[in-house]
Amino acid sequence: MVRLFGPLVGLFFAVALLWSFGNGAYNAVTQPSPPTAEALFHKHPKEVAFSFDGAFGTFDKAQLQRGFKVYQEVCSNCHSLKQVAFRDLTQLGYNEAEVKAIAKNWGNKAQTFDPKTGDRGDRPNLPSDHFPPVYYAGQGNPPDLSLVAKSRHGGAQYIHSLLTGYTDQVGYKNGQGQELLKMFPDAKTPDGLYFNPYFANLNLAMPQPLTSDGQVTYSDGKAATVDQMALDVSAFLTWTAEPKLDKRKQTGWPVLGFLLAATVLAYLAKRNVWADKH
Amino acid sequence: MSFPWANEYKPTNPLMQWVDDRLPLPRFVYNAVGAGYPVPRNLNYMWNFGILAGFALVLQIVTGVVLAMHYAANAGVAFDSVEHIMRDVNWGWMLRYGHANGASMFFIVVYTHIFRGFFYSSYKAPREMIWLLGVVIFLLMMATAFMGYVLPWGQMSFWGAKVITGLFSAIPLVGTPLQQWLLGGFAPDNAALNRFFSLHFLLPFVILGVIILHVWALHIPGSSNPTGVEVKQESDTVPFHPYYTAKDGFGLGIFLMVYCALVFFAPNLLGHPDNYIPANPLSTPAHIVPEWYFWPFYAILRAFTSDFLFIPAKLMGVLAMFSAILVWFFLPWLDTSPVRSGHYRPLFRKFFYLLVVDVLVLGYCGGAPAAEPYVMISQIAAMYYFLHFLVILPVVSSIETPQPLPFSITEAVLGKDEHATLAPATPAVA
Ligand code: HEC
Ligand code: HEM
Repeated sequence: MVRLFGPLVGLFFAVALLWSFGNGAYNAVTQPSPPTAEALFHKHPKEVAFSFDGAFGTFDKAQLQRGFKVYQEVCSNCHSLKQVAFRDLTQLGYNEAEVKAIAKNWGNKAQTFDPKTGDRGDRPNLPSDHFPPVYYAGQGNPPDLSLVAKSRHGGAQYIHSLLTGYTDQVGYKNGQGQELLKMFPDAKTPDGLYFNPYFANLNLAMPQPLTSDGQVTYSDGKAATVDQMALDVSAFLTWTAEPKLDKRKQTGWPVLGFLLAATVLAYLAKRNVWADKH
Repeated sequence: MSFPWANEYKPTNPLMQWVDDRLPLPRFVYNAVGAGYPVPRNLNYMWNFGILAGFALVLQIVTGVVLAMHYAANAGVAFDSVEHIMRDVNWGWMLRYGHANGASMFFIVVYTHIFRGFFYSSYKAPREMIWLLGVVIFLLMMATAFMGYVLPWGQMSFWGAKVITGLFSAIPLVGTPLQQWLLGGFAPDNAALNRFFSLHFLLPFVILGVIILHVWALHIPGSSNPTGVEVKQESDTVPFHPYYTAKDGFGLGIFLMVYCALVFFAPNLLGHPDNYIPANPLSTPAHIVPEWYFWPFYAILRAFTSDFLFIPAKLMGVLAMFSAILVWFFLPWLDTSPVRSGHYRPLFRKFFYLLVVDVLVLGYCGGAPAAEPYVMISQIAAMYYFLHFLVILPVVSSIETPQPLPFSITEAVLGKDEHATLAPATPAVA
């Protein structure tokens, strides 16, 4: 039975696949689909090094503090950070009084609701509060940034490239020297969007947020160039996405070391047990 | 059943004696994974993977039960509750990364275990039942993993659930009502999330039950071995303990090192970034892809792009995807060669390696966007997949001349076996 029906079933699927394949090949020849503007002009993130790269990398707290400042002064106008609580900032090296002050002075206040009177209001944030919601009236929907470093291919490198990658669309050429608007005149950036070849479909609703050197005043003396601010805020957003990164790697090394030793012992034990059987 | 020369359990400790007289559990363990279970002496490292699969299951159950203490299966808070585990629960990040990467390790191990079975034809008589139960385990694992991936309620969770439950709508007439009944709604939502959580908690214990049957069935004939020649005499075997406990201990060490390297240094390597975006029914991701271990089957699903003999392409894809696994059930009867081990089957061996490459190609295409050339490559690869099991294997088994087998396991290991000279006239059969 099996040997009779088996091959028939196999041939049935094979012929059906051949039929799909034939149709696909025919379509590919008769109506070849031309490459899209995204396929030809989208850029991969720039290679930049971060202190937390690799198996030994750790966060640079001074950089995270600078990045937080960029978030606070620029990005927080449009983007929320709802997975993070103010008290988490102690991990960046702020002491409790500083965290209390940051929470208290935060522009967006915590919402309150009095169930007796039905009144809604607000109050200053407390260290135990998460960063408050942000309401944005402009074009597009700014995503919550808590996890953005983990939810995009390229992580911190991508954010850095996105922030520094705004450029003029007119005359824009890719690595092969092809000019975007010559090849795809219809791909002109629509009103209210901005051209950025690092963004998946080349046009996004976020206006260039970091525009001039010194836009944020750093208190540690580091020169606040656009590139530096972009690097710092990308590092900060990596921390918001993976606050346990340092602890994870610190735990990993002793665990691996222990396992290595145990495995070597297990190997020797195995050799010993098997000595007379080979 | 066991071999007549198996060691008998003779407790020396009076406490064990006392327990054994009243509940022979110590005896049971001794005969199952102790010195009372004779095992072929020539098993190679491919035979480590069954134990490793069992270990991976325990790992999943332990991490999973603790995760469930902190997780909330409600569409409004599921995503945030996972982030709460990652950020606020003590060692929560380790539990969650451990569970997610544990699933990947489980599949790596089980795929190796299954391909070991393909190469050594472990499915052949008298081990058909072990094999059939194994395929049942694999199907249950896929269902469990699929539902587990829905729980964090990220973009891929939601859209994966939508695509996979949407497959049921390909069934004529009852398809759409069936899909809605399964989901408890028109699209994945709270009802679906809750039942997936319930089933995701339940199924690993069902798997555990089927594993007990799997190992029970294994203990009837005992393990096969790399020569495929059955055990004939005491010198062919060694007691499971200490020989294979020692070998499995070493294998477990390697497994744990790979696993911990993933958990502590590359925990998101095998995951998709989109699942860190909360589920949004209004925004379809650019590429909906399942977890890597489903990719070969996902490629087969998507390879059917044209209707065939009035059967809609989608239905063909669904039938083919399920058949791709169901065909394994029939392997013991499709491969009729009397020789088990691929080491002695030159023609079979070539096709086996072709199958390995084929499945890797399918896997690659399944993870790639549904565009050319990947679709055409997966069509060719899927074609080979079905032809391999259903046409090539039966033909190869009937036309191939196998190479001569060793007389016994002892001879294969030591190069000589004095019993071989005592029984010369009849050629050894597997
Ligand atoms: C004027 C408001 C505004 C400011 C200020 C702003 N953004 Fe945005 N941002 C947006 C909007 C709107 C989007 C959505 C873009 C889209 O999807 O087209 C966005 C999207 C993003 C994205 C996601 C891009 C993607 O891949 O989907 C990132 C990352 C980002 N912003 C980072 C930042 C950072 C870092 C800062 C601070 C340096 C910042 N933004 C400041 C409005 C803003
Ligand atoms: C949860 C998953 C599984 C667990 C825990 C498990 C466990 C085991 C164990 C402990 C063994 C004995 C050691 C060994 O031969 O490696 C074994 C043997 C075997 N398993 Fe599995 N298994 C699982 C899944 C599967 C699947 C999915 C298949 C096939 C589709 C399968 C097929 C077999 C076969 C054929 C044998 C006998 C091999 C021989 O004796 O040579 N198993 N299994």
